[in-house]
Amino acid sequence: MSEQNQVPFKGTEVQEKQLQEVIAKHRGQPGGLMPTLQEAQGIYGYLPIEVQRMIADGLGVSLSEVFGVATFYSQFSLTPKGEHVCSVCLGTACYVKGSDKVLEALEQKLGIKAGEVTADGKFSIESCRCVGACGLAPVMTIGEEVYGKLTPDQISGIIDSYMNEKGGE
Amino acid sequence: MTFEELTQIRKKNSDLIKVRKLIASEAAEMAEKTEYRKQILVCGGTGCTSSGSKKIIDALDNELKAQGIENEILVVRTGCFGLCSLGPIVIVYPEGTFYAQVTPEGVVRIVDEHLKKGEVCKDLLYKETLHEDGSITPLAETNFYKKQKRIALRNCGVIDPENIEEYIGTRGYEALYKVLDSMTPDEVCQEVLDSGIRGRGGAGFPTGRKWMFTKDAPGDVKYVACNADEGDPGAFMDRSILEGDPHAIIEAMTIASYAVGAHQGYVYVRAEYPVAVHRLQVALDQAREYGFLGKDIFGKGHDFDIEIRLGAGAFVCGEETALLTSIEGNRGEPRPRPPFPAVKGLFGKPTLLNNVETYANIAQIIRKGASWYSSMGTETSKGTKVFALGGKITNVGLVEIPMGTTLREIIEEIGGGIPNGKKFKAAQTGGPSGGCIPAKYIDTPIDYESLAKLGSMMGSGGLIVMDEDNCMVDVSKFYLEFTVDESCGKCTPCRVGTRKLHQLLDKISKGKATMDDLDLIDQLANHMKSSSLCALGQSAPNPVLSTIKQFRDEYEAHIKEGCCPAGVCKELLQYEIIADKCKGCTLCARNCPVKAIEGTVRNPHVIDKSKCIKCGVCISNCKFGAVVRK
Repeated sequence: MSEQNQVPFKGTEVQEKQLQEVIAKHRGQPGGLMPTLQEAQGIYGYLPIEVQRMIADGLGVSLSEVFGVATFYSQFSLTPKGEHVCSVCLGTACYVKGSDKVLEALEQKLGIKAGEVTADGKFSIESCRCVGACGLAPVMTIGEEVYGKLTPDQISGIIDSYMNEKGGE
Repeated sequence: MTFEELTQIRKKNSDLIKVRKLIASEAAEMAEKTEYRKQILVCGGTGCTSSGSKKIIDALDNELKAQGIENEILVVRTGCFGLCSLGPIVIVYPEGTFYAQVTPEGVVRIVDEHLKKGEVCKDLLYKETLHEDGSITPLAETNFYKKQKRIALRNCGVIDPENIEEYIGTRGYEALYKVLDSMTPDEVCQEVLDSGIRGRGGAGFPTGRKWMFTKDAPGDVKYVACNADEGDPGAFMDRSILEGDPHAIIEAMTIASYAVGAHQGYVYVRAEYPVAVHRLQVALDQAREYGFLGKDIFGKGHDFDIEIRLGAGAFVCGEETALLTSIEGNRGEPRPRPPFPAVKGLFGKPTLLNNVETYANIAQIIRKGASWYSSMGTETSKGTKVFALGGKITNVGLVEIPMGTTLREIIEEIGGGIPNGKKFKAAQTGGPSGGCIPAKYIDTPIDYESLAKLGSMMGSGGLIVMDEDNCMVDVSKFYLEFTVDESCGKCTPCRVGTRKLHQLLDKISKGKATMDDLDLIDQLANHMKSSSLCALGQSAPNPVLSTIKQFRDEYEAHIKEGCCPAGVCKELLQYEIIADKCKGCTLCARNCPVKAIEGTVRNPHVIDKSKCIKCGVCISNCKFGAVVRK
């Protein structure tokens, strides 16, 4: 809990209005907490404690229940992610083709570990279990873009292309 | 919707679809009856989309317009063809010409040369279909497809999944009509039972029995649910079916709802599958619009509708009770069984839960009869099974084979063998709950019983091929890492057991274990099997036990000799440059991700072992064979 408190909550009124609409839609629906959390994460990008509290109040469930569900599923994040989310597939098909070495090269390049965000907030690394593109193993996704048939030495160039693109803007 | 209306829509579309299914000569005749001279199919599954099939479709539309032939050619975006490693895939009918790894530039040529002038672009073909004498094998006659029997996948790569009329063109929703019009719920359950189909999610429970239990369970409110939370990393059968043929699932669930007496259904699907979720949503909307979902379906008085629920990345939610708990909006923790979901499931009501692939067979069983289905397969395992073929295999992709096909046929004939001249070592089935089948059992026929006898399991259908470069200790460690991550923590044998098991494997992979540790693993594994709450914990030791049983010498090499025969376990490896062979080209030093290689041009280089992360980039870059792994 202490880690996430370091990131100040910067929700806007527009976001809160959207959230209240989502809550109103799912209030009273059996099993409505998960869809609410999913849509809330779509609005804010993550689920800070402030948002969880609003959901708990809105749906009429306890905060501990909301927190319990939010921390159970790996899709939900309690901390903000980087601008570019780099996700390396560690599913079996990718793993036997060496995706662990791709992840290592990525961690080396960005100087952070999986689950962390770079200090400037530009990149974060995740490992995931199978994006279903096993024909392209090993696979990494950055945002919506899919990079397949990777070798560790390609990583540096790929990340540079994102850094340059950002610098050029 | 009446049956007459359904038949009319079918007639309107069936010729178009037959062009894609018949052999080339008959297909050409059929094509003349349709309004399109040629049809061009582009794979829009996740695999091909990841390799850029969207750009292909855009380029195709533009070029057809530019050439002014957009009214003669039908463009169809389909689901997965199965050969994912060759994506993006484009197929032209009636010839059945198979273009692989197509680029936007290639599309321009296909439109100009093939579609307009009638000359096949031979250099763009999938090479297996082109022969030395210039003749071309149609798609359906390639080794990859010939041995397959496509039932669950029959429409994948054939129809446009976002067009309900194409599904109707393949006799879609006729089974639903048959059931509502002329069968009692008891007859439906009996038909499914007689077909001999068993749950395709992994455990293999007879599907018909499950339907009967749910039907007979007392209660006014019942539910039908579909498990599309495909958690086995490296398996993508369910995703491909949802992407390629979503209406088959909707039709089957509606049939099931009539059989068990339910009016509400849920599909629980992984949020990581955005394409599948989208196609399913489109299909649900269309099914409602055409009256296959909703009130008074076909005017026969049965009501049913389906809602999508997204999973949120928890492997345990593939377990049936955990899945239902998750749909209820809670932490996806399993519940003790009994009571089984058929008696007390979703929201405490009787619930029928089947896997995607199981449902994909149902409509055809109803339409063609139980005896048709049970004529395929082996004594105890009827029908076909879909496998996601992955790992060290030439044709990575999706295959459907009759039960009883041998592993050798799948790997050598359909899969095209092991690439790079390497030797086949083992096939892993059943994912984190299954085990490894060593090369010596390659002639084993695949069915539920024979896989179980070898210490593996059918599982949901992941089939990962491994070659001599894969270390079995490392592979079991990989699976245990996964189950440690995914254990929900509710019961102690699983929560603590997986972690302890992982620690023991870690010790072995670092050369720090003793032979006593192997006995300890055995004891611990048996405790976990007998006392864990759900299948996740009960089956978590399987990858370890099966590899110890089949590859004991490899474990012993790690323990007794401190070496990893496959050259994978890092702590037991060292990289060195042989000074005599090194020409000082600097290639390795430039590519080393951690700058651990030092040396000047034309002088032998040296690896700083304290910095080396043992990634192997230097070995793959060296043109002189100067880098060695010890």
